[in-house]
Amino acid sequence: MNARTYPLLATIAIFLIAYAVCYTQYPTMLSTRVIGNLLTDNAYLGIVAVGMTVVILSGGIDLSVGSVIAFSGVFIAVILRDTGLHPLIVFAALLFISTAFGAAMGGLIHSLAMPAFIVTLAGMFLARGAGYMLTIDSVPIDHPFYEAIDDAYWLMPGRGRFTLIGGIMLLSVLVGMIVAHRTRFGASVFALGGGEQTARLMGVKTGRTTVLIYAFSGFMAGLSGIVFSIYTGSGYPLATVGTELTAIAAVVIGGTLLTGGAGYVFGTLVGVMTMGLIQTYIVFDGSLSSWWTKIVIGALLLFFIVLQKGILHISQTGGARPAESR
Amino acid sequence: MLLSITGLSKSFPGTRALDNVTFNLEAGEVHALLGENGAGKSTLIKCLTGAYQRDAGEILLNGQAIHPRSTNEAQDLGIGTVYQEVNLLPNLSVAQNLLFGREPLRFGMTRGRAMRAEAEETLRTYGLDIDVTRDLGSYSVAVQQIVAIARAVQLSGKVLILDEPTASLDAEEVRMIFEVVRSLRDRGLGIIFVSHFLDQVFDLTDRLTVLRNGQHIVTERTSSVDRMQLIEHMLGHQLEEVEEKARSARGSEPDARPELLRFEGLGRRGDVEPFDLRVGQGEVIGLAGLLGSGRTESAEIMFGARAAQSGTARDADGAIAIDTPRNAIAAGFGFAPEDRKTDGIVADLSVRENIILALQASRGWARPIPRSEQKRLADMFIYRLDIRTSDAEKAVGALSGGNQQKVVLARWLAMNPRFLILDEPTRGIDVGAHAEILLLIQEMTAEGMSILVISSELDELIAISDRVIVVRDRRHVAELTGADIDRDTIVRSIAAPDAADGKAA
Repeated sequence: MNARTYPLLATIAIFLIAYAVCYTQYPTMLSTRVIGNLLTDNAYLGIVAVGMTVVILSGGIDLSVGSVIAFSGVFIAVILRDTGLHPLIVFAALLFISTAFGAAMGGLIHSLAMPAFIVTLAGMFLARGAGYMLTIDSVPIDHPFYEAIDDAYWLMPGRGRFTLIGGIMLLSVLVGMIVAHRTRFGASVFALGGGEQTARLMGVKTGRTTVLIYAFSGFMAGLSGIVFSIYTGSGYPLATVGTELTAIAAVVIGGTLLTGGAGYVFGTLVGVMTMGLIQTYIVFDGSLSSWWTKIVIGALLLFFIVLQKGILHISQTGGARPAESR
Repeated sequence: MLLSITGLSKSFPGTRALDNVTFNLEAGEVHALLGENGAGKSTLIKCLTGAYQRDAGEILLNGQAIHPRSTNEAQDLGIGTVYQEVNLLPNLSVAQNLLFGREPLRFGMTRGRAMRAEAEETLRTYGLDIDVTRDLGSYSVAVQQIVAIARAVQLSGKVLILDEPTASLDAEEVRMIFEVVRSLRDRGLGIIFVSHFLDQVFDLTDRLTVLRNGQHIVTERTSSVDRMQLIEHMLGHQLEEVEEKARSARGSEPDARPELLRFEGLGRRGDVEPFDLRVGQGEVIGLAGLLGSGRTESAEIMFGARAAQSGTARDADGAIAIDTPRNAIAAGFGFAPEDRKTDGIVADLSVRENIILALQASRGWARPIPRSEQKRLADMFIYRLDIRTSDAEKAVGALSGGNQQKVVLARWLAMNPRFLILDEPTRGIDVGAHAEILLLIQEMTAEGMSILVISSELDELIAISDRVIVVRDRRHVAELTGADIDRDTIVRSIAAPDAADGKAA
């Protein structure tokens, strides 16, 4: 077994144990209702975290996504309020904008040889500012199409709702898994995360790959913005502040190495669900402050960072034996 | 002729890395490329792989002129390279590494099973039966090297360059690699083998070419060269006049100098076995040996740049601490390292800033050297050492190699050390500056400073040393004084058959 699967297994184990603990205290937590809500409530986070996973696998980071989500919500709300365009057309336009925005950041990161941190930090302010330029208020979305989407769910046995946006999230994870693990582009992403110099020597077109990586993240952020606008039914430029950091936390808790080159998209889904589970537990408990979510997430993050260092250490010292040959 | 190189030249600011070099390679032979550091081996290889663009010369592959502009282009032309550090991705599986960029696809998705089968089949022809789905990084370096070789051969398939592929392998692993190389030779590939392990060269190669100071020295059948001749070829023979002068000037009473320092039992496992060394006042000690013999390691241990595991240092007043460079500097030591560009100069800083660097560091940041004092020091050394620069504010990186070396020397002279270690002080320096630096060394010792010089240039050592220590296989094996310091004796000491014959490291 590869050492790099350990964090993924740890992630899954932690999720299952946490769920078991929740179940022993509140048996109703194991119901389709809670599971449905878990998917719906974390849909926007899960989608954006898939994009973030690909970015982090390549050794980069994308700080702009939280702002892009907020911009998306505002963009959709304002266009729908001021024009008669159908939401699907607005969605398409928005996805084009956010993808192009990500691609532009990727292009700058590559051509200027700048750290992704700085470029996407600039992107974060730009997108947030662009949202403010459209409006400074929370703009409600009143459109029949939105009401139709809100009613689009499958009533699972046990009266839990499997909503459309929850489905979109799961679909995004699936697409992310295929892209990252089963395509040449995905192999290039891992190669970049393993070492840019070596990747180039092995024939990776680093510029093209970098642009595609951030374009993918931008697309996912736009999609997440659409889902978030459906979820909240409004657009507000101050929304989702710090979501990029929550997404990064979900990726790391999901077992992806923060320095790149190792990880699984599926782990990110588990990471997002783990964070959602903690939140749900606190809601069930009722007496705990919601800040406990942050404390538990912080502790989990620390645990994973230490775990990965440990695994790295083991694979470097334990793997140097020539016993496997012949 | 598979590959033929004629008149190849390549210069860098301050150095002429390759000068009209000739090299040729036949299909089905293993051809060793030999030379000390800075001889031009790696420049030659980088010109072949497209990492550098040559200034002049012609490269013919199968009779066709080629101009590779990148490693990938060289690969497409048929020239593949495997480096000492495995240039594959340890975080991907063996199969992914082997087939990277050529994965079997269906509907745009990689076919895991087909990939695995293909990788397994390929590696089996190299005698490797391993689980190809595991991360490459979980296998030994030898296995990784074989995967790298397999990938290079699959991608290129005419010329295979092995750039010190065995440097970090043990004897058994070297045997594995050699078997692979021999089978590739029998398949008709032309293989260029770069190594500084002479045993391996004699074991594996059919022909050899020696470079020195960027020039082609000799190309011969390996079987018709003996070890002594080879070492003679690799180590220089440039300064015969100085050598003669030095020999006549050298005194016959070696122990007349008062003792300045005494190192006892200094050593570190894997780097150099414990050695003793006395350093006399105003003495020049030469450290002779081939690359990788432990000569640089000895110096670094004396300076505290490598922690010694055993041994002590003392002067007339008792024990001194040399466990870190900081303490060694405080004890009056100085060290000008081998790789001037990465360890010696700070290329972007000015001549003045480079000169005062060590002095300022020893004073601490709280007591800055006044600007006027800095200027005075810089100007003084520029004058004294004849550093050719337009002014003291010029960036050191813009100077020639010889002048950069003088700046490094000036930095240590500003500290007024009593014991200065110079690792390859004349590497990559033109002949004029070369002689000047040797003169400087003599001047400094005349003022009472003691100097330890490490050099691949035997003539240089012979010219300036009062005493020569020979290092071989990480041991100090001989100490020569007076009339014993001559070429033959040194070469014989270096070449003496070693007990660990056939061992890699």
